[in-house]
Formats: sequence, C-alpha cells, structure tokens
Amino acid sequence: MNPDSIFNSLDISHYIYLSSVLFCIGLFGVLTRRNAIVLLMCIELMLNAVNLLFVAFSSYIGDSAGQLFVFFIMVVAAAEAAVGLAIIVMIYRNTKSTDVGLFDKLKG
Amino acid sequence: MLLLGLPPAFLILSFITILCALYVVTNNNPVYSVLALVLTFFSISAHYVLLNAQFLAVVVVNLIVYAGAIMVLFLFVLMLLNLNKENEPLIKTGWFVAATVSAGLLLVVLAAALHRSSESIMQNPAENIGLVKNLGKVLFTDYLVPFELSGILFLAAMVGAVLLGKKHSAEENSNSDTEPSEK
Repeated sequence: MNPDSIFNSLDISHYIYLSSVLFCIGLFGVLTRRNAIVLLMCIELMLNAVNLLFVAFSSYIGDSAGQLFVFFIMVVAAAEAAVGLAIIVMIYRNTKSTDVGLFDKLKG
Repeated sequence: MLLLGLPPAFLILSFITILCALYVVTNNNPVYSVLALVLTFFSISAHYVLLNAQFLAVVVVNLIVYAGAIMVLFLFVLMLLNLNKENEPLIKTGWFVAATVSAGLLLVVLAAALHRSSESIMQNPAENIGLVKNLGKVLFTDYLVPFELSGILFLAAMVGAVLLGKKHSAEENSNSDTEPSEK
C-alpha cells in the first residue's frame, strides 16, 4: 500500500458526508424545479451521489462488488434517461411545454 | 476548523463538486445546468481516481457514458425543444422555502444517522480492485445473470424510447383535424 495514499489520511465518513450533501442538493433540485428535463438531471445527480458512496465503500473495504453495482446503476440511469427524454419530447409535441405542472392533464 | 486536516486534493474536489451541483439546481437556464452537471461528473470522476477506481473513472464508464453519452443526450433534447430562460417555469416562493427546509432536514437526518458509522466498518483498502482485469473477472463470474438482465433492460429501454419518440405519421395524416387518438 502506498504510504501517502488517500486512505491513510482520509476517513470514509468524509465521503459519506459529501455524498449526503450531493444527494440533498439533488433532492432540493427535484423539489424546486418545474422543468421536466432539469428534474431528470437532478435525479442523475442523486444517482451519482449514490455511485460515489458505492465506490468509496468498495475502495475502503477492498471488495469490488461495490464498483460493479455502480455499473448496474449506470445502466438503469441510461435507460431512465432515454425513456424519460422520449416521454418529455412526446409531451412537448402536444403541449409545447416541459413544465411538470401541466403533466397532470395526461389523464385518460 | 474541522476541514483543515484533510488532504487538499479531496477538499478542492469536494468544493468544486458541491459548487457545480448547486449551480445545476439553482440556475434558470437549462443549458448552463447541463454544462454544470457535466463539470460535476468530471469532478466525481476525479474522486474515483482518488479512490483507486481507475477503470470506473477514466477509461470508460463515468467519463464516456455519463459525461459523454447521457449528458449529450440531455443537451440535444434541450436544444431541439428550444427551451431558454424566458419560458423557464418558476416555482412559488412558499414551495421554495418548503423544499429548502425539507432538503436541509434530510441532510441533518442523514448526517446524524451516519455520524461515526466509519468506526464499525472494517477498512481494508486494496489497490488493484479497480482495475479492469479484476472487475471483469467478478462481473463475468459472480454477476453474470445481472449483466445479462441489464442487457435485456437496455433493449427494452431502446425499443421503448424509439416507440415513444416516433411520430405517428400515418395517423396524423388520416385524422389531422381531429384530436390525436390513443393507439
């Protein structure tokens, strides 16, 4: 092990705090923004906070399973982005807007 | 000061990450939000390098898949839809305050719940687990079924996105003066 590696000078709790802050920023964005595309971006931000925590735990514990879970989270994020953006484009064709407040008229 | 003893690389990267993330959620122009999100992903990749997750960070995954593919997709959709600052929908002040309070409360709860949790974690950092040889070995032995399932999920997402994004041209020609009916 490299003696001046980050693992000796930095506790994992700092990564926990950093990921918590990023996750809460993403949540704040989801709660405050009305644009559906920005909403999807905030969800990506929250997913990345979780990814960072997975990688931190994986590196500190020395088990590569955490990094593989990051792969699967990225797969889900990519699928979600593709389908979500397709839905937004379709709604934009009908309403000429991406305001989530208008999406409740999709009944029926 | 609590933060002074930390390595400067971690401090600077965390500062950039949080600053860019705040810019993403507070900026009213969606294009700037996307660009700030790309910067956030770059700094998270730098965190991965610090954590010895080299393959995940640099070679393929985070930079190419996230900062490359997904964010370019967002940028294309934003520019195709011609959204700009003038027609950006805004939220009421009361809702803004409520959202700030609830996000701050969640942060307090998370920090309190995870405080001193690192004492119960067995720390055994190994240098080579982030290399592609090691990751590939685990991915194609222990996680083979989830890997195949994620392929199926991708196929379903691709078919769904194409089907949703496709214009129903025959339908629009036949009843262009009536309401577009559900297929």
